[in-house]
Amino acid sequence: MKATEIAEKVLSGEVSARSVVEHHIETINKIESDVNAFNLVTAEQALMDADEIDSKIASGETLGPLAGVPISIKDNLCTRGVETTCGSKILEGWKPPYNATVIEKLKEAGAVVMGKTNLDEFAMGSSTENSAFGPTRNPHNLELVPGGSSGGSAAAVAAGFSPLALGSDTGGSIRQPAALCGVVGVKPTYGRVSRYGLVAFASSLDQVGPFANTVSDAALTLEVISGHDPRDSTSIPEKPLDISEVLDQGVDGMRIGVIEELSGKGLEGISPDVSSRVEEAIKVFSNAGAIVESASVPASIYGLSAYYVIAPAEASSNLARYDGIRFGPRTEAATTAETMTATRTKGFGDEVKRRIMLGTYALSAGYYDAYYGKSQRVRTLIMNDFAKAYEKFDILISPTAPTTAFPLGDKTADPMQMYLQDVCTIPSNLAGHPAMSVPFGFGEDGMPVGIQILAPAMAEREMFQAAKVLESESGEGIE
Amino acid sequence: MVQRISREEVAHVARLAQLALNEDELDAFTSQLAAILDHAADLEALNVDDVEPSTHPFPLKNVLRVDEPGEGFEVEEVLEVAPEVEESQFRVPPILGES
Repeated sequence: MKATEIAEKVLSGEVSARSVVEHHIETINKIESDVNAFNLVTAEQALMDADEIDSKIASGETLGPLAGVPISIKDNLCTRGVETTCGSKILEGWKPPYNATVIEKLKEAGAVVMGKTNLDEFAMGSSTENSAFGPTRNPHNLELVPGGSSGGSAAAVAAGFSPLALGSDTGGSIRQPAALCGVVGVKPTYGRVSRYGLVAFASSLDQVGPFANTVSDAALTLEVISGHDPRDSTSIPEKPLDISEVLDQGVDGMRIGVIEELSGKGLEGISPDVSSRVEEAIKVFSNAGAIVESASVPASIYGLSAYYVIAPAEASSNLARYDGIRFGPRTEAATTAETMTATRTKGFGDEVKRRIMLGTYALSAGYYDAYYGKSQRVRTLIMNDFAKAYEKFDILISPTAPTTAFPLGDKTADPMQMYLQDVCTIPSNLAGHPAMSVPFGFGEDGMPVGIQILAPAMAEREMFQAAKVLESESGEGIE
Repeated sequence: MVQRISREEVAHVARLAQLALNEDELDAFTSQLAAILDHAADLEALNVDDVEPSTHPFPLKNVLRVDEPGEGFEVEEVLEVAPEVEESQFRVPPILGES
């Protein structure tokens, strides 16, 4: 059932929140052992929260727009008193003393947290194979990855464990797994959603966003979690979004650009399954009255290189706090310095170590200008090229990922091959723009394909209008 | 071809980042980091001298708020998740190597 339907029925008393939560727990009990979407299922707490909602409804209290709707939370968002691991041994057993702002907002809206979902360690990866707690598998085919890093959240929605989930997106970590699992995934404008309580990976790129089965469910969730938060100094001082009122306005007259560098022949390694769906999406938009033309964002081809300098550089600084002194497990050694090294060496996995070292290198004397300084200038180029493109177009489209889901183990030995999964999603993070993935049919391999819709900063409403058109014409039952 | 990052440089950044690597790890990380830096070499051909660097998606100003006392965390709650505690403080091993 859709989140919007659940909330409606719970609010009207047609179904109880408890029965909704029980139904989802049953689904989890049936297939979670195959999928491994969760690091922790908080079933008992979810049932208690559901009972509280039911008793509030019985006593006539006003409840929020997500009353009784189950939601799964990526395990890098702090949940008070509930283990938050980031998929890392270095935080195993850590229970934050506070809730992330998005968790507070969801609870206020009546949503019921079902558990903490698996991720690539510290959100570093594109397949959810880098988790210290084992890989998550794609519910459409258990031999394949769900994408990453928010693979657990994408899989949870695709498997019916909850109609909604939250993830975080630093270079595509919401959109790429959404595409590979056949669900909707949204990265809002940087600063649209509070990062307070999101464990930092690359602070100038990280953004929290929703997963859902439908575009309207994703819109509703984003409305709930968006808005200014004084606890996040990068939070945009704006009211929460209102998307629902424009959701059905269509794309008649909208100018849509197809990014040539990230689609079709312009993109090295794009699978025919994916490029044929992009062609189909263009037809859908044209038939709906949009003016669809080829668009150029020339510097976007440098996004991947700039990202894999900037993100590790920020990560190397952010992850310096994990030293076994104030929180998390400690590997004791003779001195404090040796304790820190022992704790970090044992606690971090290979991909995290790789990025910490890469970032440390890129920031070190003698290399700073060549790598970090240059990448920051390329970031400006990408922003400028987007700005030019948006003089001609209202929104842009591309594939979300160059391929459909790939087999477990396929890319783990070659980090660079894994990084290429994010080639289409990274430019939006560097620019701070909103972008979302909408499921749009399947490839010949039977696996879902996602179309990415990109918009200028703050233009989430136009982005969702286009997403709704694509969804209604996808010809696939997405329920 | 000369690798973009040497084994010695990887050992150096590992030390800076307080990570201990064994010989095999050092080999593996050196070739992987070199491959990533090879990919980043496409930036070298770009002339961006006239372009201002961006540290952030939006121009940021200092964000100030009124200095009013708010609710903080309970000391006990914070220390509960610490690896070792003594008299309401984080306990650490010797700092200067003496015991």
